[in-house]
Amino acid sequence: MKAVYERPRTLRDTPMHYCPGCGHSIIHKLLSQSIDELGIRERTIVVAPVGCSVLIYNYLDCDGSEAAHGRAQAVATGLKRARPECVVVSYQGDGDLAAIGTAETIHAANRGEKFSVIFVNNAIYGMTGGQMAPTTLAGQPTKTTPFGRDPKEIGPPLRMCELLSGLEAPAYIERVSVHDVKNVLRTKKAIKKALKNQIEGAGYSFVEVLSMCPTNWGMTTRQASSWIEENMIPYYPLGVYKDRGKERNAK
Amino acid sequence: MGEKVLMRGNEALCESAIIAGCRFYFGYPITPQNEVPAYMARRLPEVNGCFLQAESELSAINMVWGASVAGKRVMTSSSSPGISLMQEGISYLAGAELPAVIVNIMRGGPGLGSIGPSQSDYFQATRGGGHGDYRTIVLAPQSVQEIADIMIDAFDLADIYRNPVVVLGDGVIGQMTEPLVLPKPSTRTLPRNDWVLDGASGRDARVVMSLRLSPPGALETHNLHLKEKFCEMERNEVRYEEYELSDAQLVIVAFGTAARVARTCMQKARGLGMKVGLLRPVTLWPFCADALGALAEQRRVKAFLTVEMNLGQMLEDVRLAVLGRKDIFFYGRTGGSVPDEDELFGKITEVFS
Ligand SMILES: Cc1ncc(C[n+]2csc(CCOP(=O)(O)OP(=O)(O)O)c2C)c(N)n1
Ligand code: SF4
Repeated sequence: MKAVYERPRTLRDTPMHYCPGCGHSIIHKLLSQSIDELGIRERTIVVAPVGCSVLIYNYLDCDGSEAAHGRAQAVATGLKRARPECVVVSYQGDGDLAAIGTAETIHAANRGEKFSVIFVNNAIYGMTGGQMAPTTLAGQPTKTTPFGRDPKEIGPPLRMCELLSGLEAPAYIERVSVHDVKNVLRTKKAIKKALKNQIEGAGYSFVEVLSMCPTNWGMTTRQASSWIEENMIPYYPLGVYKDRGKERNAK
Repeated sequence: MGEKVLMRGNEALCESAIIAGCRFYFGYPITPQNEVPAYMARRLPEVNGCFLQAESELSAINMVWGASVAGKRVMTSSSSPGISLMQEGISYLAGAELPAVIVNIMRGGPGLGSIGPSQSDYFQATRGGGHGDYRTIVLAPQSVQEIADIMIDAFDLADIYRNPVVVLGDGVIGQMTEPLVLPKPSTRTLPRNDWVLDGASGRDARVVMSLRLSPPGALETHNLHLKEKFCEMERNEVRYEEYELSDAQLVIVAFGTAARVARTCMQKARGLGMKVGLLRPVTLWPFCADALGALAEQRRVKAFLTVEMNLGQMLEDVRLAVLGRKDIFFYGRTGGSVPDEDELFGKITEVFS
């Protein structure tokens, strides 16, 4: 009998600690599949963030490094420069990448560091129990915005793809989502492309993934998917924000 | 013996790091150590190394983590305010058992303080500095020759113990120009790098982290393992120098630039018949407590005088070593000032009278 679905080689056969319906587990799988398809498991090093996905190195069967909260891209910078032959992936949540690690993100992007970033935007701090993230939507209630985020007080949510695409150096910036099957497939393509760019030496590749946190959103899995569709995507439009490869080909 | 060259402390430490095999430097400018990044920016590309000016000391120390976890010899340097910013990273390095060399060319604090030379980061350096239960070896040079020699040792010690090593100089050591003989590369046998991340090719995947959640008690077990390393450092790595201690009645304890001033005063006092000696800790941690304790036991030793460029930090370690057996005096200058020879000499005569 032909197997319809097999666990990717890079994804370890071990139970994950993620909540049911959490986007992280889907994104881990897509990353693993991409690593498998490109045949780079034996030279990939994943840099883990501090956030719900802090244990990603326990789920992927490749080398893994911790990074302090927000510092993943500084670690990835040192690593990639020391091991240019390796494929370095920085996997980060929105608090990690867009609050405490904003400086590291902007400067790694601006230097055009030759690694790939997977940015999981779930509009909340998952690990610490549902506080406001820089990406929390206007009006969205969280533990630290009990009456909803008030943009007049704390500013509107940060759009990282838009922000980074103003920079010259990045090679590729795309925003995708994992809230339904069609978009999961697009996310897979984007992640694979970010890795392929790195293999080809193209430079900084950044994939933002809109992702569900049903637990801290206080929703069912299904509600969480619809919430992305109805509330996140209108504010965080999906699509390619920058693709230097395409620009080159078009010329 | 190699040829004598004339170099500034900040530059000698760089050339010596390169001799030690350091090929990666990440840092952020701050006075009085700006010659270090400037030297590395020019010199590292010549040896196929990598110099990168980071966006902050926060980033610099985490870039250091990145190159260290890749198994490369790597260093950063800064001065007091920047070293404060690096403390989180140093704590992570110690927790994850990653080697790195961190040079602190101290300036006056607290806060932005001054750019004058200082030794006021003694507490920070010798107590770990960041959060958690850990220590770092702290090496305190007193001359350009010594800072060059110490760099070779620092990289070895970092590798041997898989722990960050701090080189603690002050602005005077960094800025002054002296003749030196550049050191030879080390010939020590170093432990195997069987933890390095270079891609899981033909071996199991590796993880380097400081997080230890499970099984219950995992962190305690790990910290006890770290403690064993710290005890080993205490047994094997205490370094200090003695001057005129065999008949000394007054023992001065001083390191770095303060020790140079103290030595001049000691000689002057000896010329006048006062039996003064000097003990100069080279490792500030592990500290030469046993040597001081043994001196405190001697009947001829009447008192100790701690001299520092701060308000009395090493003084606490001297007290812990002497344990009330003898009087301990203190002379210090703070806020970027260097001990004054006349003042210190006055203090010595006062103690003797
Ligand atoms: C210096 C520091 N500050 C705060 C924390 C606590 N902390 C851990 S994870 C986290 C936020 C994580 O949120 P996010 O990056 O959005 O990831 P998620 O958990 O949602 O995947 C915070 C504030 C920490 N570990 N270190
Ligand atoms: S708290 Fe949210 S982000 Fe964290 S595992 Fe649960 S669903 Fe996922």
